[in-house]
Amino acid sequence: MTKTNVYKGKTFKFGDDISTDHIAPGRLFHLRTNLPELAKHVLEDADPNFSKEVQKGDFVVAGNNFGLGSSREHAPTIIKMAGVSAVLAKSFARIFYRNAINVGLPVLICDTDKIDKNDLLEVDLSSGVIKNLTKNTELKFAPLPDAMIKILNDGGLVQHIEKHKGFNLE
Amino acid sequence: MDRPQTLAEKIISSKAGKKVYAGDITLVDVDVTAVQDGTGPLAVQQLEKMNLVKAANPKRTVLFIDHAAPSPQKELSNAHMMLRKFSKETGAQLSEAGEGVCHQRLVETYVNPGDILIGADSHTCTSGALGAFATGMGSTDVSVGIALGKTWFRVPETYRINVTGEFPKHVYAKDLILHLIGLIGADGATYKALEFGGETVDKMSMADRFTLANMAVEAGAKAGLFATDKTTENYLKERGRGEFFKVIKPDEGANYERVIDIDVSNLEPTISKPHTVDNTCTVSEIEGTHVDQVFIGTCTNGRIEDLEIAAKILEGKTRHPDTRLIIVPASKDVYIEALEKGYIETFVKAGAAVMAPGCGPCVGVHQGALGDGEVCLATQNRNFQGRMGNPEGFIYLSSPAVAAATAVAGKITDPRKVI
Repeated sequence: MTKTNVYKGKTFKFGDDISTDHIAPGRLFHLRTNLPELAKHVLEDADPNFSKEVQKGDFVVAGNNFGLGSSREHAPTIIKMAGVSAVLAKSFARIFYRNAINVGLPVLICDTDKIDKNDLLEVDLSSGVIKNLTKNTELKFAPLPDAMIKILNDGGLVQHIEKHKGFNLE
Repeated sequence: MDRPQTLAEKIISSKAGKKVYAGDITLVDVDVTAVQDGTGPLAVQQLEKMNLVKAANPKRTVLFIDHAAPSPQKELSNAHMMLRKFSKETGAQLSEAGEGVCHQRLVETYVNPGDILIGADSHTCTSGALGAFATGMGSTDVSVGIALGKTWFRVPETYRINVTGEFPKHVYAKDLILHLIGLIGADGATYKALEFGGETVDKMSMADRFTLANMAVEAGAKAGLFATDKTTENYLKERGRGEFFKVIKPDEGANYERVIDIDVSNLEPTISKPHTVDNTCTVSEIEGTHVDQVFIGTCTNGRIEDLEIAAKILEGKTRHPDTRLIIVPASKDVYIEALEKGYIETFVKAGAAVMAPGCGPCVGVHQGALGDGEVCLATQNRNFQGRMGNPEGFIYLSSPAVAAATAVAGKITDPRKVI
């Protein structure tokens, strides 16, 4: 892996059980074929200011069961489109987790109680280390399964399939 | 000797061409793929991007127009056009507006025991009741499954749910699954397969099994699985698919990560309060809560058995003047049967707005969005903030019996008090 796997940015903090309805609400169903417009509303029902304040490279930090609910891949897609470099949570809902990898959004499982809103983080995807530059502390995140690292390294599932003309996970 | 297998391990092994166990990662052949109008357009776009606009198995690739059907606005009409075009180009099956909710249509027509189904909708797990490994995924995963006929799985660990005892009167499978989710939490089974069994499950109708399997994902599970038996076989025969019946059952001595025993003999009508499914209580704890809208339907509880329960309560009665009532049969076949049995007439006379088969107001796109501060009691599977079109709304989940009794009284009501 190259240096591009290191991300630096500030954090936005969310609680437990942030659902796909918080991230990409059903009332905006009609915008699903217009992702740039939908991305303007990302996480709106959890934090109405998030999409205005988030900057490229920032991190979404949350509690347990992030992304529960619907299979809508639009949810991780618009988080990525908003410029977020990774989502850090204590745990993720299964479908969201897999979708995030498929769209090339890193999802990292770690003890997020040790991170506060607006902390400056540096995350090294290859070494598995999160440096909290504000608090001068370090956290480790659990490694992704090998199959998911392969997909993420190719840039997502579409790119993986294009590159290998099918699955190449074994 | 091979190690004994759970249902999940068994079905996945048969499609992987080798014995696999919990924790293994494997490629599998996919039998059925499905998308709906909220996730299908993105799947089509991904296939265009990969230059793979094709279906490996068009007869068992199904595109459902159910979430926003009939379309309430032009953007969604255009999204529906993408699915119709893809169906024409590839030969994939199209389920049009009015034909019903994808999960009900899948069990009625497409999924057989031993199959692997991947669907771009989280409640795809419903088909697990037929002894199929059925799970929800995103648009890209399913698009690859459509074109290549393959996907990859990490074989899940299994929680065995043993159900014993007899349901008290007016307590149902819906109360059981809400109770279970309240017990283990909305992330209590993240990534696991739930395998339902025990004497009570053996006696359960397919409708009840579908309700349980449908909500497996609300505990975070990847699948909700049932062994097949005479009940499964009869269901398939009634649907003209008797020849596809297969005995699917877990091995004696299979390895379960957790075993949960539930005796339903003392179970109460159970409710999920806003805004999470695991926020449960018994009906008596919140009786009297004012309700603005009651909704009976969905892939969880929109089957003929559910409408029958509601019709028996609503017969000869009318909804409370301050409470509107929306009823949506889960599929065209359910609708026809409800018409024949007179339930639809009962509903309309009771003051219900009966709407075309589909997801109805559950997804918050149309047909019953909540106003600010309004309360809805629904038979659906999910009560997240914003779910029914308004983050200022409040959603309670219940069985069709509680829902029908509540529509008459205008406030949350124990059905045992009105029957």
